[in-house]
Amino acid sequence: MCDTCGCNLTPGNQHLAFKPVARGATAVSVLKGLLAKNDDQAAHNREHFDRRGILAINLMSSPGSGKTALLEATLVALKNEFTCAVIEGDLETENDAERIRAKGVQAHQIVTGTACHLDAHLVHDALHHMTLDGVDILFIENVGNLVCPASFDLGQHLNVTLLSVTEGDDKPAKYPVMFRAADAMLLTKTDLLAVLDDFDCDKAEAHLRNLANPAPVMRLSARREQGMEAWYAWLREQLAAQRARVAVGQSRRPAIQGDGQKLHSATAR
Amino acid sequence: MHELSVAQALVEQVDAVIDQHNAAQASLIRVRIGPLAGVVPELLATAFPLAAAGSRMEHAQLEFTHAPIQVHCQTCGLDTEAAMNRLVCGACGDWHTQILSGDELLLESVELETVPTLAPSPYFLTPNS
Ligand SMILES: Nc1nc2c(ncn2[C@@H]2O[C@H](COP(=O)(O)OP(=O)(O)O)[C@@H](O)[C@H]2O)c(=O)[nH]1
Ligand SMILES: [Mg+2]
Ligand SMILES: [Zn+2]
Ligand SMILES: [Zn+2]
Ligand SMILES: [Zn+2]
Ligand SMILES: [Zn+2]
Repeated sequence: MCDTCGCNLTPGNQHLAFKPVARGATAVSVLKGLLAKNDDQAAHNREHFDRRGILAINLMSSPGSGKTALLEATLVALKNEFTCAVIEGDLETENDAERIRAKGVQAHQIVTGTACHLDAHLVHDALHHMTLDGVDILFIENVGNLVCPASFDLGQHLNVTLLSVTEGDDKPAKYPVMFRAADAMLLTKTDLLAVLDDFDCDKAEAHLRNLANPAPVMRLSARREQGMEAWYAWLREQLAAQRARVAVGQSRRPAIQGDGQKLHSATAR
Repeated sequence: MHELSVAQALVEQVDAVIDQHNAAQASLIRVRIGPLAGVVPELLATAFPLAAAGSRMEHAQLEFTHAPIQVHCQTCGLDTEAAMNRLVCGACGDWHTQILSGDELLLESVELETVPTLAPSPYFLTPNS
């Protein structure tokens, strides 16, 4: 898509494009994103969503941080307001999709086998097994893993990263690639804070800011339905923003690509 | 181990470059990976031979270019180096910064061995000149 426009060039790497060719060898300067093929597929997926005015949200966290529990509570709470659909990514089982279907919501399970992350092709295949007409919000629950899911664009508009209070408040500092990519960070299972003395929500937030990430931080318990209103309000706001973008033919990529895009438009001007 | 997916993507891209330039094979592949790209160079180096087996780059050397993290401060306007989990301005300490470099995952360049040409050389075409 961007083979020719040079948008991979940023002030940080443009000197590389003009390296002299070594004598005796044919050196070809490429400067192309290694995951360009995935990114092209992701852009195609995003077109599917935008054409239907769907907001697509990628949920990422460690295994067991409460992604499926968050979805269960959210789908019930928003049942009369929006039509939602869910893509579940898991290494082995159909369990999560069944938990979602039990709430009366359309769910497709991607069983990744050995792959520890979803990619744009897997998501595209899943889309062809789903009814997207009339869907307002599509949630994609990524494979539980704080490392690589952040590197693969799926075509989502927003990344939501969960951190449960049983995990340690320094996770954003330990997994900067993941937490830098978050458009919202949810501190989950806050009902357990009372019995844990080593998780400081303010510290978790400070670690996120140290990654230069301005994303909102919401503290909630899906199990006890505490703090959920702020999350629902954020979803409503984001769906309205997506509809406003679609109305003027624009789209949005998650936070992680934001810097490069800003630089791209800054240098193009 | 998503480095195998990345290695496979790399092999596909280098293959396309070999085709584009009618080359026989690649001898050197230079990749630029920033610390914030989420790919570990050592793991990619381990995965590459698996992905490249039997291809026109199986004997190619894989080389990594260092990509330090640099941020631009929106508050004081300075560009400074930063650590992976502290992307704050090195001058004023503010966290309102933009990444200038350090998150790249780029195929930077490829060195190719060209196909020996079957066409007669100009010398033979004009032996008397
Ligand atoms: N105490 C408490 N437990 C929770 C909460 N949310 C999820 N859990 C539990 O955490 C475990 C993992 O949750 P799950 O939603 O399957 O996590 P996932 O792997 O991220 O999808 C389950 O045993 C849940 O019951 C919560 O808000 N409070
Ligand atoms: Mg789950
Ligand atoms: Zn471009
Ligand atoms: Zn399609
Ligand atoms: Zn992975
Ligand atoms: Zn500054």
